[in-house]
Amino acid sequence: MSSVLLSVTNLVKSYGTRRAVDGVSFRVLAGQTVGLLGPNGAGKSTVVAMLCGLLRPDAGEILLDSQPVAAGAAAVKRRIGMVPQDLALYEDLSARDNLRLFGALYGLKGGPLAARIEHVLGLVNLQDRARDKPATFSGGMKRRLNIAAALLHEPDLLILDEPTVGVDPQSRNAIFDTLEALQAQGRALIYTSHYMEEVERLADHIVIIDHGKVLADDTPAALHRRLPARTVLRVDLAEPAAEGVLAALRAHAGVTALAQDNATLDIGLVDNADAVPVLGWLQQNGQRPLHFSTARASLEDIFLNLTGRTLRD
Amino acid sequence: MNAFFALVRKDLILYVSDRRALLMHLVLPIVIAAFFGSVFGGGAKNGVIDVALVQQDASAVGRRIGAGLQADPNLHVTVMSRAQAEQAVRKGSQAVAVVLPAGFAEAAGSAMFTPGPKPVIELLYDPSQTAVLAMVKGMLTQQVMSVVSAEMFGGPMGRTLTERSLQQLDAGPIADPALRNMLAAVRTYQAQPQPQQQTQQMSAKGGDAAPRGLSMPFTTRDQGLSNAPALQGYNPYAHAFSGMGVQFILFMGMNMGIAMLAARRDGIWNRLLAAPVSLALVVLARAVSATIIAFCLLCIVFAVAVLAFGVTVSSVPGFLGIALCFGALTAGFGLLVAAFGKTPEAARGIAMFATLIMVMLGGAWVPTFVFPAWVQQATMIVPTRWAIAGLDAVTWRGLGLPEAMPAMAALLGFAALFMALAIWRFQKTPA
Repeated sequence: MSSVLLSVTNLVKSYGTRRAVDGVSFRVLAGQTVGLLGPNGAGKSTVVAMLCGLLRPDAGEILLDSQPVAAGAAAVKRRIGMVPQDLALYEDLSARDNLRLFGALYGLKGGPLAARIEHVLGLVNLQDRARDKPATFSGGMKRRLNIAAALLHEPDLLILDEPTVGVDPQSRNAIFDTLEALQAQGRALIYTSHYMEEVERLADHIVIIDHGKVLADDTPAALHRRLPARTVLRVDLAEPAAEGVLAALRAHAGVTALAQDNATLDIGLVDNADAVPVLGWLQQNGQRPLHFSTARASLEDIFLNLTGRTLRD
Repeated sequence: MNAFFALVRKDLILYVSDRRALLMHLVLPIVIAAFFGSVFGGGAKNGVIDVALVQQDASAVGRRIGAGLQADPNLHVTVMSRAQAEQAVRKGSQAVAVVLPAGFAEAAGSAMFTPGPKPVIELLYDPSQTAVLAMVKGMLTQQVMSVVSAEMFGGPMGRTLTERSLQQLDAGPIADPALRNMLAAVRTYQAQPQPQQQTQQMSAKGGDAAPRGLSMPFTTRDQGLSNAPALQGYNPYAHAFSGMGVQFILFMGMNMGIAMLAARRDGIWNRLLAAPVSLALVVLARAVSATIIAFCLLCIVFAVAVLAFGVTVSSVPGFLGIALCFGALTAGFGLLVAAFGKTPEAARGIAMFATLIMVMLGGAWVPTFVFPAWVQQATMIVPTRWAIAGLDAVTWRGLGLPEAMPAMAALLGFAALFMALAIWRFQKTPA
């Protein structure tokens, strides 16, 4: 079993009377990727700021390998890499000069620094643009350089705060390739996002936060198991179904939820295998399905189930 | 130290690569200082008043008055018609026009010893040059008194007028024996032989050697008191370059502070502080880089002033000390903007206003000696006042390092205060 790399316990942070983080606790194991999922304003960035030593918590404890991450603790900061949500780069310094600066801040210099710069440029596929200024880069290239700057000192824990904001799908895939390469190296990651598909793709463990509180903290599989419906069957009917039909359908074996929007039915099912008998039942009861599809319930549904609202609310 | 030098190096690279900043902080102060220096007497006609002369009196004495005015080193006299003179004064190309009317010299000589109307010299002047008018009046009085009285005591016109005056006194109803005796004595004096050459010399020089007639009973020896090389004297470019250098370098400090505010908003600040470096180190590195930039800018501005405008630096160590301390002040000011500004946009307006007030009260635009006494006292608390005073001291005042030290100490004190306030504020403000 992997050892605990980061332990966060009952973290509290308030701004005036507003409590931005309210008793957040979770753990990150060595080599694990933890997804911090929540809508905008949920408190993710405040948690990240405290994890990086930028903010001092009002209460609670953050331990990295049993060492407290107090604001300004240099030895602990040296083991953490931070990729801020904003493009934290100097647009008028070349990519190499940006990396030289951020490497120097972590105590690298001379040959080792030069070697690390070349390594991380290769990792994010920017070797041929090392002399160019980020001002001339695309959004995706800037994001990759933003990540590279956090990898120079080979941190044990990489914290990425919404690293794909504003990038096109192709660049997003390039960033994911980089992050998956880091996972393959055994690097621990904390990945905050309000895009559930990103977190689902990367995370071994998911912490869902809303209004500064942890709503769920589990593996993706366990979170899915919590849902009453693990599959959603969507059926387009020729005409809207009558109330009596809907009531009978709710009582059908395997059906956990039912909603009708005009002539479209969203039917929550315990299992994918329940779809065929349900479709048969509809035909036997005078309904004429024109089109149907099934989908696995997503983290979006989990969040909806937990909070009653969507991630993008 | 590796991190510290990397942060300073980054700031220097970013500044040097910013052409717009270099134009703003280096070229503009030089151009504007050159303009102000020339406006405040930096040109060839230093202290000379432009005067138009309308020479309507064609008599020999009248011409001598005109020639005397033209020979005055304090005046630049251009002879022109009345209409031209009026237009020139209205346009401001001439400060004053002197209209010497026809028959003036004879009427003035007559009026010296007999009652009756006195001739009038019209002075047409630019309303914005009232101080100049008083100076021209004084010089004109000196010329008229010198030339007319010399003529009265020794010239042919004087003899004619004395004779005529005596006849009028004798024919008049009221006898004035004292005046008659004086005129008779003048006539006797006039009858004595006198070399023509002496008369001409007397008229041209305003009567300084064995004069006949009235002359100024004293002369002055003017000596500008400064330790600058005697031949150079006051160079208005020196003050102009001090003022504009201080102003535009403070703009650099302000922009540095605003850039820090933008960095805090954009996340770069957080990335710096997420590294194993302290807030104090990041702030100190920014202060050092800003000090270096400000120091270099001031040195370059004054290098141009020395090479192209004849400004003399009397104490190189004094100048370098003032420049370095002013650099630190600039850095402190920038940090203050960064620490207390809420957003870059909001901070820019307030910081610009504060900068302009500081440079105005500091004497960057006009020397502080033109301020009312209480303002001169009050502005001692304005840091730029010390910067300007220090730069003036080691340039046109010709003073040395010891005399510059109070200004250096004041600048360092203000810089330390500003930086301490900024760091305190940074620590109170969440990331």
